[in-house]
Amino acid sequence: MSTQTGLFRPSTLRSLPAYAGLTVLTAVIVFPLYYAVAGSVMTDRELTSFPPALFPSEFTLRNYADVLDAIPLIRQYFNSIFVALVVVGGAVLTSLLAAYAFVFLRFPLKNTLFALFLVTIMVPGESLIIPNYLTISNLGLLDTFPALTLPFLAMGFGTFLLRQFFASFPKEIYEAARMDGCSHMRFMFSILTPLSRPALAALAIYAFITTYNKYFWPLLVTRTPEMQTLQIGLSQLRSLEARDPGLILAGVTLAIIPMLILIYFFQRNIIRGLTSGSVK
Amino acid sequence: MSQPAATKTRISGTAPPSVPVGKRPKYNRRELLTAALLLLPSMAIFAVFNFYPLFQSIYLSLHANDILGLPTRFVGMDQYIEFFSNPELRRITVVTAVFVVMTALPSVVIGIFLALTLQARIRGVNVFRTLMSTPFGFSAAATAVVFAVFFNPAVGVFNGILRMMGMDSVGWLTNPTFALPSLAMVCVWGNIGYTLLVASAGLQNIPDELYEAARLDGAGRWTVIRQVVLPLLTPTIFFLIVIMTINSLQTFGEIHILTGGGPNGATTTLVYGIYQTAFAYGGSNYGLASVQAVVLLVVVTAATWLQFRVLQRKVFYG
Repeated sequence: MSTQTGLFRPSTLRSLPAYAGLTVLTAVIVFPLYYAVAGSVMTDRELTSFPPALFPSEFTLRNYADVLDAIPLIRQYFNSIFVALVVVGGAVLTSLLAAYAFVFLRFPLKNTLFALFLVTIMVPGESLIIPNYLTISNLGLLDTFPALTLPFLAMGFGTFLLRQFFASFPKEIYEAARMDGCSHMRFMFSILTPLSRPALAALAIYAFITTYNKYFWPLLVTRTPEMQTLQIGLSQLRSLEARDPGLILAGVTLAIIPMLILIYFFQRNIIRGLTSGSVK
Repeated sequence: MSQPAATKTRISGTAPPSVPVGKRPKYNRRELLTAALLLLPSMAIFAVFNFYPLFQSIYLSLHANDILGLPTRFVGMDQYIEFFSNPELRRITVVTAVFVVMTALPSVVIGIFLALTLQARIRGVNVFRTLMSTPFGFSAAATAVVFAVFFNPAVGVFNGILRMMGMDSVGWLTNPTFALPSLAMVCVWGNIGYTLLVASAGLQNIPDELYEAARLDGAGRWTVIRQVVLPLLTPTIFFLIVIMTINSLQTFGEIHILTGGGPNGATTTLVYGIYQTAFAYGGSNYGLASVQAVVLLVVVTAATWLQFRVLQRKVFYG
């Protein structure tokens, strides 16, 4: 991303108000993150004082110890990351296979089938949640990992994204490889996949973020704290808000670390995914 | 898509003599089999978790149910009529509409405003952009619990600030007038990281020369924004409005954690209505909940379809 596409002219002196303005705006936006981190090392006496304390005057790690006692946070951390990784692996693979068929193979009803994939993007999951809950319940899968992952192992948006990307793949390479007797599978995994890394990365990051942050579905299909994801664990802390705000803030700080790493360091890949027609 | 490839191979080879002219098989059997195998995993998942529940939701919405939620008899549109005529249920539609407007519009406007400020030609502007995208890293649950701490009537920062300014404390989430705007504010904060990133990406596509040309013509900064930047940004703005509308319609975590739909239904939107009717308080009224699911489905699908249409146009003429 170039910083040179400027709406405003550069000038050393005139950039001072710009810095000041941006600093104020950034401070306001980042405040909840700042408060979560700062508050997580403050004592509860300080957090509930008046006027509100914004800087920790004494440093404590009590809140972190307390939050680990309040919910099985480490187990839930593992659940969240494990579920997100399984969904990433599954959704990227099924999307890759389907997008390959849509771009490189000839078969009847191609447009109709692709329209069905698009339908899955348009239909909100919340509208399907009752029958899906009943399906999972009837299969005896409530409170298991398959309940948390199975419905998301295919992804209409992923197929859509990869199809767009493969459509601009040079046809000559495909033809040459096929002429040389390269099988579809070999072409897909040893030529196409390495050359499509940016699109696959964008899709993987998108799938990871949406799965890790999911709330409604895990709330419904998990029962025990040991099977709950981190998001549901966090929501259980909410009732402690008045008595033990530091504990909540310690939980939030721990929960958002992986997401902040992703969005701070992979911003370019994320924007690619965001701007190609995604639904957050 | 693969038309050229297929034509080429057919020209280079000769058609098998057994096939009469004009009746050549259009598709290669091996290729058909490969395509079927490649599409199968996705289609199987979609069949079970997308298409079946789609019809099942509609089916449930047309049937009354017993106390376990199982459908008993066909009632046609009765439950739809009830949903739109019972004043308590009709309120859900109103709350949803107000919530969507209060969330989607500020999210888009603030996102574009921030993206414009990030066009400043100064060193380190990307650091500001990265920091400002922070809310995007916050899940619904993380956002909600942090703001729950802020909103706490007795010890929260928000009331602390009000009291420092000599004003009375506010029941941010418990006062029926304030609850929905408070919730919208939380969601707006959660959205602006995303909207500013998308708006920034849109601004990167506007060529520098256009600014220069406008500036040379003596246009002021505000004129350039209004006459050059915003018109060229229209596709992005439209995209953001649709996405934010859909996103607000689907909001669940913040409501569940912060207000539980209350006080007294003041923050019960469609999605929360589905949850309450179907799963909360031991009630399993799947029929009435499915009515809300289908209404949500119609609204969200219409919005997404609109977005696809405009996106296609952007692809073709952009």
